[in-house]
Parts: sequence; structure tokens; C-alpha cells
Amino acid sequence: MRLSVTSFRRVVLAGASCAPLLLAAAPEAHAAGMPQLDFSNPLVTGQVVWGGVVFLFFYLALRGWALPKVDAVLQNRSERIAGDLDQARAAKVEADKAVLELRETKKAAAAEAQAHLDAVLEHERASAAAKLAEITERLDGEIARAEAGVVAERERALQSLRPIAVDVAESLVERLIGARADRAVVEAAVARATAQTAH
Amino acid sequence: MAGGSSIDVLGQFELHPVIGGLGQALRLSQSPIYMAIAVCLVLAFLYYGMKPKAVVPGRFQAAAEICYEFVRNLAVDTIGPEGVAFFPFIFALFFFILAGNYLGLLPFSFTFTSHIAVTFALAMMVFLVAIIVSLKVQGLKFFAHFMPAGAPVALAPLLVPIEILSFLSRPVSLSIRLFANMVAGHVMFDIFASFVIMLAGLGFVGDVLAVGPLVINVALMGLELLVGVLQAYVFAILTCIYLREAVAH
Repeated sequence: MRLSVTSFRRVVLAGASCAPLLLAAAPEAHAAGMPQLDFSNPLVTGQVVWGGVVFLFFYLALRGWALPKVDAVLQNRSERIAGDLDQARAAKVEADKAVLELRETKKAAAAEAQAHLDAVLEHERASAAAKLAEITERLDGEIARAEAGVVAERERALQSLRPIAVDVAESLVERLIGARADRAVVEAAVARATAQTAH
Repeated sequence: MAGGSSIDVLGQFELHPVIGGLGQALRLSQSPIYMAIAVCLVLAFLYYGMKPKAVVPGRFQAAAEICYEFVRNLAVDTIGPEGVAFFPFIFALFFFILAGNYLGLLPFSFTFTSHIAVTFALAMMVFLVAIIVSLKVQGLKFFAHFMPAGAPVALAPLLVPIEILSFLSRPVSLSIRLFANMVAGHVMFDIFASFVIMLAGLGFVGDVLAVGPLVINVALMGLELLVGVLQAYVFAILTCIYLREAVAH
């Protein structure tokens, strides 16, 4: 490849702002052909053989040693990650189960407590009603007894009142007429009067 | 590389025998030495990168793993499930070329991928591997590829030679692409570096103006870093595509 100044002039013009001075400075470029194409040089063809040896070594070293090492590390990592994920997934299932269990237990406990409460309330209500009935009954009895007492007392008072009324009436008659009235008549009159007032 | 009033851009591609006469006799130049260095660097990178074997990788290990997974995905995605078998081969190709390209960017070093003999040998290897795999997987049906399916038989005399020619041109295009890219990049480096030196000879004004080509060279270095990885990638993915055709039933 013979490198003329003109071909590089374009590069320079495109690339550098100092092109005119560069062109003045750049003299005739020359080259004796590309060394890469000089196949009469044994070193050029020797590269192929040596390169083949080096490349074969490189390939075998990579395939047998270096790349499996990388692969082992990557494999190990992905296995570990997969294992951890499985573990986490199992833990989540377990936790979900525990939460469900807890919820069930809570529900059962709440139901039991409600039932217990209902029973206690029922019992209390029943006992309160029984007590109330008993008290009412007792009070009714007492009231009846008291009323009977009152009636008897009144009767007794009335019974004791009559001889006094007869005595008072006898004395009144005696004072008024100056003579003793017949006791039987007075008693009959009082009995009449009391019967009238009693009604 | 600038000797006097001339620019010798091709001197950098010359081969010199190493260890004197023995190197000459063994046809051993600096080029295979750089190949060996490149291979050792890649292997050392993988060795030291994967040494911790950590479940949570450090930076170095992550870099090694990214390289591994990048090429593995390239091989498996392009070739298919059979790509796993070719993965070490693709990995070797990709990193052999990549390390060669990048090693050549170091000052005073040598770029073995700038030699057509090397790139053509690599391309021929890929070509032959693809043919061997094709014959092994598809048998004689391999030759049916030279007649596109569904094309009229009358066109066969025209189509078959075209298909054969395009098939045969694969190693040529594969090797020349890499070779030309590397040569062009390094020639550009040399040219602009020579401009710097030449301008510096013009005194103060030249010193100031020399900043221009120097800046261009810095930008070129960025470009070459891109080209280096791109060409390795292109070589690897074309190999994958050829192998996919080879394993397709």
C-alpha cells in the first residue's frame, strides 16, 4: 500500500483545523509495500503455525479448565438461589398455615366464649326470675297475712268497742233520763247502730 | 515512525525474529509472542477473577462472569441449544481477537490481528469447522443449501454458482474485515503521531498546532477501543451464524 499525501490530506482536512500548515509540513510519504503481504518472508507464514499452536492451547485451556470453573461458580450460585427460594416458599406456606390455624382457633375460642357467656346469662336470668317469683310469693303471703291481721285486729277492736259503747250508751241514757236503761235494749240499739255504721 | 521527511506507516507491521537465529529458524517472530501474551492475560483474568468463587461476586469476579455470560448468551442465542457445545470455541475466538486488538493499542506493542495471515487462518478455521459440522449434522443435504429452496429449477445454473461463490467468499470477507480495520486504525495512529513530530519541528507555532493531531490521536484511541471490541464481536457473531446454519436440520 503506497500512501500518498493526497489520500491523507482528506483525513487531515476533515480532522484538523491546522490543515494548511500540516500539509506544508507533511512531505512525501513512502512505504515499501505491506509487510503483511510479503509471503516470501517465512515469519509471515510462521505466524499461522505458531498461532495455531497458541490458539489450540487457548481453546483446550478454556474448555478443560477455565470455563468449567466459571460454570461451576455460576451453577453453585443458581442452585443456592433456587434452594433459598424453595426454603422461603416453604416458610411462606408454613406461615400461611399457621395464620389460618390461628384464625380458626380464634374463631372457635370466640364462639366458645360467646356460648359460655350466653349460658351464664341464661342461668342468671333464670335464677333472677326464680328469685323474683319467690320474693313475690313471699311478699304476697306476707301481704295476705298482714291484711288478715289487720282484719282480725279491726274485728277485735270492734269487738272490744261494743261493751264500751254499750256502757257509754247506758251511762248517757242514765244521765239523760236519770234511770238505768235495760241493758239488753241498749245492747240491741248499739248493735243496730254499729251495724249501720259498719255498712 | 517518522524518519526525516517521510512517514513510514507500515514499519509497525514488520515482523522481526525473536531470540536471534533460533527465532529465524523456528519462524518465531514477535507476533506469536504477543498471541501467547494475549492468551495468558485472558486465562489469568479468568483464573484470578474466579479465584474467590464467591456467591456474591466482587468486581473482578463479576467482570469475569459477565465475559462468560456475554459470550455464552451470544453462542446460545444465535446458534440455539447446540451452541453450548461451540461455546468454548466462540469464547476462544472472541477473546483471542479482542485481546490481540487491545494489546496492539499499547505503545510499542504489536497487533497480530493486523496480519492477514493470522486473520485468514482464523477465518479458514471457522470456515472448515462450519463445513465439518454441516457435513456431520446434515450429511449430503448440506449441498442442497447451494440451491435456494423454492427457486425455479431453470435458474439453477445461475443460482448455484452464485451461492457457491458467496459461500466461498465467507472466509475472505471475515478475514479482510478484521485485518483492514486493524491496519487502518494503526496507520491512522501513525500518521497523526508523525504530524505531531513534524509540526514540533517548526518551532513555537508548530508546537501549538501539534496539539491538533495529538487530540485527534486521543480521539482515535477511543475509536480504536470501540473498533477492537466491535471487530471481535463481529467475528464471533458471524462464526455463530455460520455454525447455526451448520447445525440447522
